[in-house]
Amino acid sequence: MAINAMRSGLLAVGMCLTGTAAAQTVISIESWRAEDQAIWDDLILPVFEAQNPDIDVQFKPTTATEYNAALNARLAGGTAGDIITCRPFDNALAMYEAGSLAEIGSIAGLSNFSDVAKAAWSTDSGDAKFCVPMASVIHGFMYNKDAFAELEIEVPKTESDFYAVLDKIKEDGTYIPMAMGTKDQWEAATMGYTNVGPSYWAGEEGRLALISGDAKLTDDVYVQVFEQMAKWTSYLGNGYQAQGYTDSQNLFTLGRAAIYPTGSWEITGFQENADFELGAFAPPRKDADSKCYISDHTDIGIGMNAATENKEAVMKFLEWTTSAEFAEILTNAAPGFFSLSTHDIKVENALAQEFVAMRGECEPTIRLAHQILSRGEPALGNQLWTLTANVINGSQTPEDAAKEAQANLDGWFKP
Amino acid sequence: MLITQRLSSAGIHAVLIAYSLLALFPLALIVINSFKSKKAIFRDPTGLPLGDNFSSKGYDSVLNNSDFPLYFGNSLTVTCVSLVLILLLGAMAAHALSEYRFPGDSLIGLYLILGIMVPIRLGTVALLQLIVDLGLANTLTALILVYTAQGLPIAIFIFTEFLRSVSKEIKDSARIDGLSEYRIFFEVVIPLVRPVIATVAVFSMIPIWNDLWFPLILSPGEETRTVTLGVQQFIGQYTVNWGAVLAALSVAILPVLVMYIIFSKQLIRGITAGAVKG
Amino acid sequence: MANTERPTHRRPIRWYILVFLAPATLIYTIFAIYPILESLRLSLFQANENGATFEGLANYARLIQEPYWAEQFWNAFKNNVLLFLMHMLIQNPIALALAALLSVPTLKGAAVYRTILFLPTLLSVVVVGFIWQLILSPLWGVTPAFMNFLGVGSFFKPWLGLESSALVTVTLISIWQYVGIPLMLFYAALLNVPEETIEAARIDGLNGWWIFWKVKLPLILPSLGLVGILTYIGNFTASFDLIYSIQGGLAGPDYSTDVMGTFLFRTFFGFQAQLGDVYMGATVASALFFIILIGVALYLFGVQRRLQRYES
Repeated sequence: MAINAMRSGLLAVGMCLTGTAAAQTVISIESWRAEDQAIWDDLILPVFEAQNPDIDVQFKPTTATEYNAALNARLAGGTAGDIITCRPFDNALAMYEAGSLAEIGSIAGLSNFSDVAKAAWSTDSGDAKFCVPMASVIHGFMYNKDAFAELEIEVPKTESDFYAVLDKIKEDGTYIPMAMGTKDQWEAATMGYTNVGPSYWAGEEGRLALISGDAKLTDDVYVQVFEQMAKWTSYLGNGYQAQGYTDSQNLFTLGRAAIYPTGSWEITGFQENADFELGAFAPPRKDADSKCYISDHTDIGIGMNAATENKEAVMKFLEWTTSAEFAEILTNAAPGFFSLSTHDIKVENALAQEFVAMRGECEPTIRLAHQILSRGEPALGNQLWTLTANVINGSQTPEDAAKEAQANLDGWFKP
Repeated sequence: MLITQRLSSAGIHAVLIAYSLLALFPLALIVINSFKSKKAIFRDPTGLPLGDNFSSKGYDSVLNNSDFPLYFGNSLTVTCVSLVLILLLGAMAAHALSEYRFPGDSLIGLYLILGIMVPIRLGTVALLQLIVDLGLANTLTALILVYTAQGLPIAIFIFTEFLRSVSKEIKDSARIDGLSEYRIFFEVVIPLVRPVIATVAVFSMIPIWNDLWFPLILSPGEETRTVTLGVQQFIGQYTVNWGAVLAALSVAILPVLVMYIIFSKQLIRGITAGAVKG
Repeated sequence: MANTERPTHRRPIRWYILVFLAPATLIYTIFAIYPILESLRLSLFQANENGATFEGLANYARLIQEPYWAEQFWNAFKNNVLLFLMHMLIQNPIALALAALLSVPTLKGAAVYRTILFLPTLLSVVVVGFIWQLILSPLWGVTPAFMNFLGVGSFFKPWLGLESSALVTVTLISIWQYVGIPLMLFYAALLNVPEETIEAARIDGLNGWWIFWKVKLPLILPSLGLVGILTYIGNFTASFDLIYSIQGGLAGPDYSTDVMGTFLFRTFFGFQAQLGDVYMGATVASALFFIILIGVALYLFGVQRRLQRYES
């Protein structure tokens, strides 16, 4: 903390002295990981800066919900940072096509990533690459181990187990079964719909079928997921309709809720805030015989603002992000963000290991609407937010929501 | 008669006190809880920050991990400079409009107050482009210019209405004394408009101090962040750290509160000075 | 500008008029009028492969016809109208009532009340939004506890999260914050009612209640008109800040608190998976411009003329 204060103090002084200071290149990173400020400031960036004393990298995040809008405004206004943290697929692609992100295919270290990882930040043909893959996040459920022990519950494996567990917690009454709200909308879609969905639409198979036009969102397998969401309603806390994401986080870390549908990115924050033991389990499979699927989402890439004046410094930094050293620091400084590189990195955090272990048992896929399906108006990704929230709130039936999503998609999407 | 009067006066006080509590309660809640530990905030939201409940950790994070002094400086600079410009330029224009007859005077008068009806926000698209072209993106100057343009119409409107109601004799006698038109403005008109300055100041200041839109769009950079934007960002960054968030809110409220209490007399006297007759 | 300064034949050029007018006119023209005109112009274009082409009123047609746009547009418009009506029916009467009480000549401590009642108006919307979200939060429990205390605990609902009540709740928060402005305008008008008029009415045997209705209210009618139009304008523009800070850019639940401001924000800058569209953004802004203009014109030619504001 003191270091931080000194840092910002020096920064302020530095700003006043611009021009007279040493010839250090200052580059800044745009990111939506506002929560990770300390991790970047204290653990990641100093390593790079020690090797490149002539470059000063600053981490300047914007709150996640405002990131896209604020970044677009800054890009339009020419005030955006030199390095841009990329959301995957359609979002970053559109930024590349708009000329905001530079082509970075010349980075040698890109060979350290699998094609699957690179696909998230390449044009459809694969010819142009605009972001270095950074990390993926794994969806799943976190639970309060103490609460589970107290109620003598086992971690659920199948859908019926899952509801049995929820029923038991609800009956007991000590804990709210599940911490999730619908106020912020994305929470419902991301933690709910795309979290458990792959088990129903069979992961990649169902995702690609939508893109190829072989399947429609009104097909049973997708409607079933909305039906699951409708079922969740009775396990949420009182007033979940006005419960935002941070409320959910508080509810869970204060030990008032037993299960939290989420993803690995919460690990750091939760381990800091919760004073009980945390565990994780994969989204339940449909029944004992079916396979299990997880959303192992290529979530974060890192690219270059096409308008940067410090191209050389930025490329140097991007090159560094492909190294084993960066992968190692990231994986263990920000547990829950799993490096997408092929470097062999050992995950040290126990809870993060639990998430990684899911990769062994389950088939991976990515979030349903991120690739191709969010390219038009309205973007399916945004649609799912509102629709999932509506289904959980009971203002729309699962069939209705599915119909609306498909109708809107048909409005612009040609398989 | 006396009894009914007492009763009705008690009734009036009861209503006003009730509404005052409604106005103050939320603020009190924030300030009280900002001095409590996270557990206490949740367990006992209306309890006082005493004994075990007390914690100043929230303030530690605010003061150590953020640049609130900087944000305050920015907000203060933007608000004060804009205010001075609005008051001075507005009074000058109003003086010209109310004092002299010249071709097109009523037309330009109408043109200048058109902005009361049309918020600049609607021009954001082009404004951002303009600010970028002028190389003013991420500067306080951009905000000051926009806020001045935004505040001028209402200032000109109020000043003009007021100056029209002031008798011409004082100015004419000054003219006979041989004062130049500029000296008449600074030495006669400015003292004349003093009673409405506070009105104009309040009406211009509130939207500037509280604005979230233009800082978010024109000057979102760390160095030019205003308090309003800073608080918004801080809330995003310390999502689960409620102690810190509440402390940040308190820190944002207190200076406004202090300034307001100091100046409230003048402000309200200004508002009620008869300038805004509607 | 050139127009206004055309010298007359009889008099020399009066440069000081230019000096007094020019700075304000320049800043205002460049940073207020030009951007708005430019927005109007942009709304006639649409982006394509080679930049942007002139499309006439096509964007406006899309805005009110294409389901994706029309649905959002009319929904936001409807919410704005509701917002306006609620402010007129709740905020302004409350303000008038409080102003009437404050202006009772024998009232002690009026200065203290005035100071307190105006206080919320000074707070930043971010602060106000956060405070009320906390107070109404079902998790934190301040409101449920308070309602239990009053014995009406079962009526508590997560109001901000329900489609049926979110807009009303946001409106009430807005009223809590901004009631001070009409309050002060009414208060000033009431204080300006000449003492003799009131005295005359009193001699005629009217009590305080009737003096207010029969004597004072007609005299402050002009300020009612002004408050009305300020409410109308503020409702279309200022509502963005509060809704954005309470309900976010998606103005949930299910767009039930979406207003023109949030709609404009999403259209212009994009939101999450959706990318922004400068031209449609300009179209939304321009549509809003015309809506405000129509309202103000109605006020100027209808209401204000009847109130004979410029009588003197």
